[in-house]
Amino acid sequence: MKKSCADLLHALTHPQAMASFTPSQWDVVVRQARAAGVLGRLGALAQQHGLQQQLPEPVWHALEADLTFAQQQAIAVRYELRRLDRALAKLGIPVLILKGAAYVAMDSPASDGRFMSDIDILVAKPHLMDVESALTGGGWTSQYHDAYDQRYYREWMHELPPMQHLGRHTTLDVHHNLLPETARIKTRPDQVIASSHLLPGTQCLYVPDELDLILHSATHLLHEGEWGHGLRDLSDLYLLIAPRAEQPDFWQRLADRASQLNLQRPLYYALVELRDLFRLAVPDNVLSTPNAILARLMKALLRRGIFSFYPDCHPHLTGIAEFALFVRSHWLRMPAHLLLPHLLYKFWKQTIASDKEKA
Amino acid sequence: MRLNELSSAELHRSLAQGLGLQTGPFRFHIRTRIPGVVSGLSQLYSDFEVGNFDFYDFHVRIAPPVGLRRWFRPQVNFWMDEFSPFMPLPADHAFAQLEWGMNWCMAGHAHHYLMFHAAVLEKNGQAVILPGDPGAGKSTLTAALALSGWRLLSDEITLVDRNDGQIVPLARPVSLKNASIDIIRAFAPQAVIGEAARDTHKGTVAHLKPPGESVARMSEKAKARHIIFPRWQAGATLSTTPHAKADAFIHLAGHAFNYNLLGALGFDMTARLLEACNCQSLEYSRLEDAMDFFSELVA
Repeated sequence: MKKSCADLLHALTHPQAMASFTPSQWDVVVRQARAAGVLGRLGALAQQHGLQQQLPEPVWHALEADLTFAQQQAIAVRYELRRLDRALAKLGIPVLILKGAAYVAMDSPASDGRFMSDIDILVAKPHLMDVESALTGGGWTSQYHDAYDQRYYREWMHELPPMQHLGRHTTLDVHHNLLPETARIKTRPDQVIASSHLLPGTQCLYVPDELDLILHSATHLLHEGEWGHGLRDLSDLYLLIAPRAEQPDFWQRLADRASQLNLQRPLYYALVELRDLFRLAVPDNVLSTPNAILARLMKALLRRGIFSFYPDCHPHLTGIAEFALFVRSHWLRMPAHLLLPHLLYKFWKQTIASDKEKA
Repeated sequence: MRLNELSSAELHRSLAQGLGLQTGPFRFHIRTRIPGVVSGLSQLYSDFEVGNFDFYDFHVRIAPPVGLRRWFRPQVNFWMDEFSPFMPLPADHAFAQLEWGMNWCMAGHAHHYLMFHAAVLEKNGQAVILPGDPGAGKSTLTAALALSGWRLLSDEITLVDRNDGQIVPLARPVSLKNASIDIIRAFAPQAVIGEAARDTHKGTVAHLKPPGESVARMSEKAKARHIIFPRWQAGATLSTTPHAKADAFIHLAGHAFNYNLLGALGFDMTARLLEACNCQSLEYSRLEDAMDFFSELVA
């Protein structure tokens, strides 16, 4: 069963192979890529390798459609970043752009054909109130008015409740950490801010150093529980790492940085997936196993999570694995005495309370 | 192979496994066991090319939802791959739901094309685009023109090819609502109209079978020459007024499925389309008068 995702993975790592796919192969690959959110990326890769004429016309049209969407989104993101710069420059603090928006701002290959649903920024925690009020002045407002949700985000999470711009309806996530306050792993956002680089042409927008960008991407993959995006996030990581993989000191610098930020675990799990699925040559010494039994269990769970976007790719027991990953992502976020009441409250809110509201 | 070459039993069997259907540039893989959908396809898509293709643009399925509503006040749902964009509907709306679902597939994904919410027909090599506000009588007019020798390109979605700016046909059934169903029956007693779905969110809906010639020529693109903004007005004598191109631009762009998504390309394509077109507003009450007006328009 799992074999049927091989063509998609092959296309993501060896784009030239797309030229020899048969229409029947494409019939599966296009659907898988669409479900995984990487159809636009295939479009970008096909264009970069000049394959447009070599693909069946309807296939190229499908790839081109999502590529167009992603390119238009990138234009919108650049515009939004200019507005953010204008709204926050007066605070005189560095504002880090993370993930998709950072890839776009840096013209990284990881931005090619990539969809995103929001813009993520990171500021030092002491500045959070100032940033929030400056954003409110600029037209962004909090979308979560429920007192419980507000407390969930403000006390326990690593971000403010998502904000939305009143006019443009763009969503903004304001982080003060890479991981929740309550998470088991404690990382060092101050060091990530200290190593960041000013984005040319802006007054206060910074992008993470390339190693931190990789580590954050790996952390996000392992901790956010957004399994529908797992393969896309892995493909981002591949595009961030592959051009550097031959540099002699790259892997050592990456491993050192991971240990400085206390992110060895997420890096390990992400690299195992990149090695096994994307055939990335990861040196063995970078992959020092945290705990052999745990590592095997995690790998089994993670593999199912990454392929959860499409039924053909599911190995057995995906439902259980997805649930286990969901529990794990929450378990890593919060200790049990916070997590259990939280899940119970959410259950009550989504079932009983929403029925009452409807009635 | 055309759909009407399949016997009823063969069609049921094929659709249960999944059958390929070509509409304009798109190939749908349709899977269903719902009798209302099978009969709707059999009646309204009989001239369409069907078969087992290698590549499909969209894989869709109409089936009962999981759970009690399979039996109790039965419902049906539409899926593209594993995604279901709509709430389940009563089972007797199944064919209408397939039509809406197919529209949703194109409107949400086919961004190779600029897609306007407008009807489009062709005669003498000239395509006429009919943008219409809801209630303006666009579909009634489209059905009447299709039944009067015009080639039906599309009722809901006007596709403009980004490579050459030409209009790409779909030739799918025309969706008639409420009073227009009887108006078209009276206008053309020979018209083939499918089973009506009552009490939908659009009222009563029934679909008109596209003319055989429109279906046979579905791969033939057309150049847009006219944009007519129709308005049916009870008792009005037919009159036309020039429609400012700037306003036509705003209307088309504002009623497009993906104008913003195409960015500068959407602007350029709309501008080029308008440069090639004459734009008028049309007010009328009698369909026969409207038919005469359109005949003269492309004479």
